[in-house]
Amino acid sequence: MDTIFTRGPSLNNRLTLALVLSVLLIFVDHKLEGFKSTRVYLNSLMSPIQYLANLPGLILSESAQRLTSKEQLLAENQTMSNQLLLMSEKLQQFDVVVKENEQLRALLQAPMRKGSRKMVAELMAVDKNPYSQQVVINKGAIDGVYLSQPVIDDSGIVGQVMEVGSINSRVLLVADVTHAIPVRSLRNDIRFIATGSGSLNELYVEHVPHSVDIQEGDLLVSSGLGGVFPEGYPVARVTQVVRDESRPFARVIVTPTASLDRLRHLLLLWQEGDDRGESVDDIDSESEIEPEDNVVEESEDA
Amino acid sequence: MRKRNVIIWGSIIIALVLQIVPLPIQADVYRPDWVLVVLAYWSMALPNRVNVGVAFITGVAMDILVGTTLGIHSLGLSVSIYILAANYQRLRNYSVWQQAIIIGLLSSLYHLMTFWVQHLLTDIYFQFDYLWPVAASMVLWPWVFWLLRKTRRQFSIM
Repeated sequence: MDTIFTRGPSLNNRLTLALVLSVLLIFVDHKLEGFKSTRVYLNSLMSPIQYLANLPGLILSESAQRLTSKEQLLAENQTMSNQLLLMSEKLQQFDVVVKENEQLRALLQAPMRKGSRKMVAELMAVDKNPYSQQVVINKGAIDGVYLSQPVIDDSGIVGQVMEVGSINSRVLLVADVTHAIPVRSLRNDIRFIATGSGSLNELYVEHVPHSVDIQEGDLLVSSGLGGVFPEGYPVARVTQVVRDESRPFARVIVTPTASLDRLRHLLLLWQEGDDRGESVDDIDSESEIEPEDNVVEESEDA
Repeated sequence: MRKRNVIIWGSIIIALVLQIVPLPIQADVYRPDWVLVVLAYWSMALPNRVNVGVAFITGVAMDILVGTTLGIHSLGLSVSIYILAANYQRLRNYSVWQQAIIIGLLSSLYHLMTFWVQHLLTDIYFQFDYLWPVAASMVLWPWVFWLLRKTRRQFSIM
């Protein structure tokens, strides 16, 4: 081996070049957001590594599925069918309520809410970066995922899509320090903004005057004001209100309703904001299932 | 020539996979810096083949994989590997345990640098949990050193 650096620039020059390039990358990516469109290709380039990393967990869960006993499956089946019965009972009422709501809205000449497309996505990886709260899901640009698309799970809002790859995408959780979501209290419709704290089971509601009526146990739902999240999905429940008069604002700590630390299946929502103000005739309240197994088209109403 | 590139980049890709492979939350805090340790071995063994350039490219790949702002990990890795590659003649003479301490120092420098840059960009706070990987990397170093040296001699890579 040759011990003298014979080819290329010297080590010091290489370091200088690397430093300049890194600082340039940070500046362009963070301040100018110049990589927004290229990130898709960069992510697709790296997705094989992501799949490799996801493989051990996949094999584990697959073999766990194969090894479940018949009794376990039967028991699970039993609970599932019980749940289904309860759900369908609720759904029967729901259909009536939807119809009634439609009629009332028509009477009031209020704009109708149209149904939106939904798609089930699976969690691929949780981010390894301790400074931010993100997860990777297995749906990407070819499934129609778009930037800042809302993502929910079975109990509330999880976050929004922050980077789209061709076959996977990255979701910024509501608990991230850089994330904020407009909410309103379900009890009395007061508007707040809930920002992430950086830890998974806490959000802060900021700039709340001491006199505002907010109590422990209040449910905060999305207000739809930011234009990113649809209205009316549960976001968080108030766990602590500290009214220290020496501080300018009350300190309100809330817990996200979605279980952010044990996500498995997520739901991507497509918003059809432009079609909101259309007349009653266009509304088709029937549910229909598209050929793809996991795309469900249904009418949604609050 | 081709064999060498395959081995070096293969080991780096394996390190990248290990860096992002999902672990239970309790074990996740102690994940060692696989990429840094593997790059450190190669830059000490073949400083004219693997140095700042490879570290920079690997750092960009890591930025994409972990979803940080592009350039953060490439900055940290480039500087750490520069220190190694500039002093490889001295470091090679150390025992593996002394090298482990050097790796620990480099790893803490790397973590503090990535923390510092991200602190400038977003308002995050320092927790001492962020430094567990330093200890894990020190423990990992002798094993990686042994494994990669065996591989390198097996395939007689120079």
